[in-house]
Amino acid sequence: MEEAQKLENFQARIDKGLKIEPKDWMPEKYRKQLIRMISQHAHSEIVGMLPEGNWITRAPSLRRKAILLAKVQDEAGHGLYLYSAAETLGIDRGELLEQLYSGKAKYSSIFNYPSLTWADIGAIGWLVDGAAIMNQTMLAKGSYGPYSRAMVRICKEESFHNRQGYEIMLTLANGTTEQKEMAQDAFNRWWWPSVMMLGPSDADSTNSDELMRWKVKLESNDSIRQRFIDRTVPQADFLGLTVPDKDLKFNEKTGHYEHGPINWDEFFNVIKGNGPCNKERLEARTKADRNGLWVREAANAYAEKQRIKTKAEEKQA
Amino acid sequence: MSETTINNPQGKLWEVFVQANPGIPHKHAGSLHAPDGETALQNARDVYTRRSEGISIWVVPSEVIIASTSEDSGSFFDPADDKAYRHPTFYAIPDGVKYL
Repeated sequence: MEEAQKLENFQARIDKGLKIEPKDWMPEKYRKQLIRMISQHAHSEIVGMLPEGNWITRAPSLRRKAILLAKVQDEAGHGLYLYSAAETLGIDRGELLEQLYSGKAKYSSIFNYPSLTWADIGAIGWLVDGAAIMNQTMLAKGSYGPYSRAMVRICKEESFHNRQGYEIMLTLANGTTEQKEMAQDAFNRWWWPSVMMLGPSDADSTNSDELMRWKVKLESNDSIRQRFIDRTVPQADFLGLTVPDKDLKFNEKTGHYEHGPINWDEFFNVIKGNGPCNKERLEARTKADRNGLWVREAANAYAEKQRIKTKAEEKQA
Repeated sequence: MSETTINNPQGKLWEVFVQANPGIPHKHAGSLHAPDGETALQNARDVYTRRSEGISIWVVPSEVIIASTSEDSGSFFDPADDKAYRHPTFYAIPDGVKYL
């Protein structure tokens, strides 16, 4: 079949709302873009374990500790679903991880901020996972089957993350003056990074048209950002916390909140590797991988030994 | 097979199928890496059934799955189309005849 004809069939499938599956023909650019997006997403899940893992030993109660452990375990699972989805596009997980360690592949800017107090764990669940849900609900409707199915699973689990975070904030917001201040402080530090994590403004976003036509993305960054803000501000009001944006106002006519200017210089600077924790995160991740290598090698060697043993036994019998 | 396992520290790739309830088919849930079947099964339990999603799991090495492609699905599944007589609706039954 002619390349042009293949492309036309491909587009027709997508327009009909059919999913593209691993063995289907796809434009090379679609494949590359998906590998980039899915792996970035996978890296974000496993790097995202670090700021939260930081608080497992110091969670204020056994209940909170069990919840946080379960959440961090979920993030590892999410990373795995996503790496698997990326692998269906013909790339090896080991290679994807090497791209992360070498700095060639990126992960979400948000995880380069430190989790300084217990309230940060609340803010991360409420805001970071809240923003992630907005994005992932859209991605679940995307055209690539394995990615879309991974997103459906992930969205189901994110809802727990989101709520447990809000519950932490609610407890602190109803607590002592000191606890309230802690909640407000965490909110102040996580609000803007959460608003920014939904990606550059539409004006600065490259090659979005094609991605939309191919249903790799179904909505623009700014539109998702608007929904996140519209839904989150009333939640902050309920907590009695102040959104750290003096220009924020509700527009009665549009029914939307209008926000102040976003510091995109900070965003791009963090992406480039100059955020507060970029170096630390990558070091921790690389170290965990290298330290675990002997375990994986031993497991493989053991599996190989068992296989040979079984074969020999089969021959004898 | 064994060579790729030894050389790739990620371990072999496995496809995971989960049966949600008794009496219904196992359904593809996703995939994972593991050095052997037993580990794959344990990992599958940890990853794909953390919230009581299943009562039974199958793990299958991805490399042994042979799949059709949607591009040739037209010709591949075509023979079925001209065999309408396989379907009960093909047969006209006179009015008044019951239980057919």
